Amino acid sequence: MPLKTDAVGKEWPGTTYQVGREKIKEYANALGIENPVHFDVEAARAAGFRDVVAPPMFAVVYSSPAVAPAILDPEVELNFAAMVHGGQAFEWDEPACSGDEITTATKCLSIEEKDGKGFYVFETNSVNQDGAQVARGTWTLIVRGV
Amino acid sequence: MTLNAGDQVPELRVTPDKYLPHRYAGASGDFNPIHIDDEFAKAVGLPRNILHGLYSMGLVAKANAALADGDPRALKRLSVQMRGMGVPEQEIVVTGTVKSADGGRVVVDTVAAQGETTLIKNAEAELAL
Repeated sequence: MPLKTDAVGKEWPGTTYQVGREKIKEYANALGIENPVHFDVEAARAAGFRDVVAPPMFAVVYSSPAVAPAILDPEVELNFAAMVHGGQAFEWDEPACSGDEITTATKCLSIEEKDGKGFYVFETNSVNQDGAQVARGTWTLIVRGV
Repeated sequence: MTLNAGDQVPELRVTPDKYLPHRYAGASGDFNPIHIDDEFAKAVGLPRNILHGLYSMGLVAKANAALADGDPRALKRLSVQMRGMGVPEQEIVVTGTVKSADGGRVVVDTVAAQGETTLIKNAEAELAL
């Protein structure tokens, strides 16, 4: 059965995530990241940040909630049970700090079949409350046995 | 720090403990049971509960940020392919080589491996230093 590609180009409305100090701390601790700018507001301000700043890969925390509705959209017809996360890219601009409200929109860039696998590529675009670009993500999800 | 093509990134070695996937699940919001439920993971054919691929990518980001003393502004771009499955309680080694250095823009090739298993490959990081 050929892979359904109707959803290519489809966009999902943005979801908004409020960044908080404790969540940044929790993420940095899980990764063993020790720079005080992730834990201490004074250290963060001394380094030029508005507030405690998130490590770059915290992008998954604020942007994942925007990807889930796309993956689960019946129009995409992605077999979640056979899915693996095959590739990921981020580009960063404005740092994400505690207090920020980051809105992430998702778009389906491509759906292709290769070697009996389905490659689903989604793009996320995250902007903060001032409209500044925070991060752009490219998510490559691979479904086995399509 | 002045970097040149061919320079090595300081190696990062981390042994995620048994409960790391649970802490990462809480931190990231990804509670897929293959990461936190050993019995479930085995029932779907995995050797045991496995690490989140984005955790391993987070270690790659951390190893690259070390080139800028951990400054979270330095990493401008990171693109990776996730391959082998990582497991708790085994050491992960992240290594990297500077591919190009042009003024303050440095591109680094990074690999994360656990024993013979490559977790992250073709990882390309761009840093502004």
